[in-house]
Amino acid sequence: MEGLSPEEWTAVRLSLKVASVAMAASLIPGIAIAFLLERGRFWGRQALDVLVHLPLVLPPVVVGWFLLIGFGRRGPVGAFLAEQFGIVFSFRWTGAALACAIMGFPLLVRAIRLSIAAVDRKLEDAASTLGAHPVWVFGVVTLPLILPGIIAGMVLSFAKAMGEFGATITFVSSIPGETQTIPSAIYAYTQVPGGEGGAMRLTLVSIVISIAALWLSEWLARRVRRRVHA
Amino acid sequence: MILDVSIEHEQGAFALQASFQSNGKLTALFGPSGSGKTTIVNAVSGLVQPDHARIVVQDRVLVDTTKNIVVPKHRRRIGYVFQEGRLFPHLNVRHNLLFGRWFTQKGERTASFDHVVDLLGIGHLLDRRPSTLSGGEKQRVAIGRALLADPQLLLMDEPLASLDEARKAEIYPYLERLRDEGGIPIVLVSHSVAEIARLATSVVVLSEGRVIASGSAAEVLRHTSFFALEGRAEVGALIEAQVSRHDEAYDLTVLQARAGTLSIPRLPHPIGTSLRVRLRARDIILSLKAPEGLSALNVLPGFISSIDEAEGSSVDVQLDCGGDPVVARVTRKSVEELGLKPGLAVHAIIKSIAFDPEALGVTGRENM
Repeated sequence: MEGLSPEEWTAVRLSLKVASVAMAASLIPGIAIAFLLERGRFWGRQALDVLVHLPLVLPPVVVGWFLLIGFGRRGPVGAFLAEQFGIVFSFRWTGAALACAIMGFPLLVRAIRLSIAAVDRKLEDAASTLGAHPVWVFGVVTLPLILPGIIAGMVLSFAKAMGEFGATITFVSSIPGETQTIPSAIYAYTQVPGGEGGAMRLTLVSIVISIAALWLSEWLARRVRRRVHA
Repeated sequence: MILDVSIEHEQGAFALQASFQSNGKLTALFGPSGSGKTTIVNAVSGLVQPDHARIVVQDRVLVDTTKNIVVPKHRRRIGYVFQEGRLFPHLNVRHNLLFGRWFTQKGERTASFDHVVDLLGIGHLLDRRPSTLSGGEKQRVAIGRALLADPQLLLMDEPLASLDEARKAEIYPYLERLRDEGGIPIVLVSHSVAEIARLATSVVVLSEGRVIASGSAAEVLRHTSFFALEGRAEVGALIEAQVSRHDEAYDLTVLQARAGTLSIPRLPHPIGTSLRVRLRARDIILSLKAPEGLSALNVLPGFISSIDEAEGSSVDVQLDCGGDPVVARVTRKSVEELGLKPGLAVHAIIKSIAFDPEALGVTGRENM
């Protein structure tokens, strides 16, 4: 079997870029929301919980449709962002990243939230009696202790982004070189005669990337766990 | 005043209403579980915000709810040694010890790392992870960590409760050195009379959220009525004695107290060592005449200084034996039949078994 064609390479590079950006951009909001949901006591916590989990249960096409009417050029959020900051999502790779980030968000939040629940809050009390301001307690006690959960969440988010199809294609379509990620490209190959070779090659690439990501996360998590609990 | 505490706090069905003052080097908060000891230390450290309180440590007002003063917990400078150690699992022993240092100004650092490590005997553990330490080692590191944050007061919430007797015995000497050389006043939460008898200079007794007695350890521990059932059997007089000689032939050590000499099973301490001895009230028999033909080795002559209020069938008879206080718990019936009353000369007969090693503490300079 011959190597990847330039178009296929473009799809691979784009997928990696979209997934990395989606994961990185959702990391800090993910940690914040996980804390709010796990530790916060406020009105509307249940509603926020449901909202965060919606992408997990809704058909991806529905999420893509919501994004299209909300973040499209004429959507309320999309128009505002385009005018004020020049940020455009519709039919751009940034839109693909947004769709992937939202689809992976519940997975990210769940993983981090579980690790926050497992933190012994008595350790945080101990740190504060030793003179640590709450911000420092978070930085030097809580954060290191939840690091395994954060890594797990990041890997899940990345993996979800690599495989995201429905929301992405609905929101930003499948424009080669701009929004055509690996899954979109595979789908496109299956729609044309003689596309089996390309579909097979991209499928193999996607398997390799998934396995590599899983292996990397396992390795990182084991290292961190050794540091945190050994 | 080292510690001036007055707290009113409700937590579900439990109501705490406690106030006490202490100037002791080591103040013990004593009481059964649920009596409010931990709530008090949590309020002092800031981990619990009491409904109404005034808490002053070393003349620094930490809480005064009438004036809306509440110093945040991270600025209180109150060291806290928890029952379960609570070492940070992701840091090695050295970094656990230095944790408080990250948050103190250079000028405020007085505790020397080397001195604390040396005092607690943890130099060989510095590069270890907390999970590889034994229970006793963990507690010593936890004590060191609290000390190195340069606290103005050290709170210890039953720091030895999770340890077996052997581990406790390993830590007592460190706590004694800390009390006598550390220069930081200590509040120790405990429900063991033996522990308090050994370590405390002041005692506050709590019951169901109220203070029922407070004062110097020797004063408080002389009254069995302050202590509930299990504790009562352990209560008694604390007297200071020196090792005067060892009787190798009989494997005994002879102690000299103001009250007289006391023979006890051979101790390892060298001659001249000062020891604190607890004479349990229930182990003392009173006799009007000097006893003869008795197997007990220790008989202290003295006279009755006062008789506590009777409680059920028993009553505490307070004695003065050559200036040392001794207390005997006898029946009301005996008091009547022997005609015991203040001023009467009596002999206190002490069963040697009463000298349990746990109660034999090396005394500091200004205890009792």
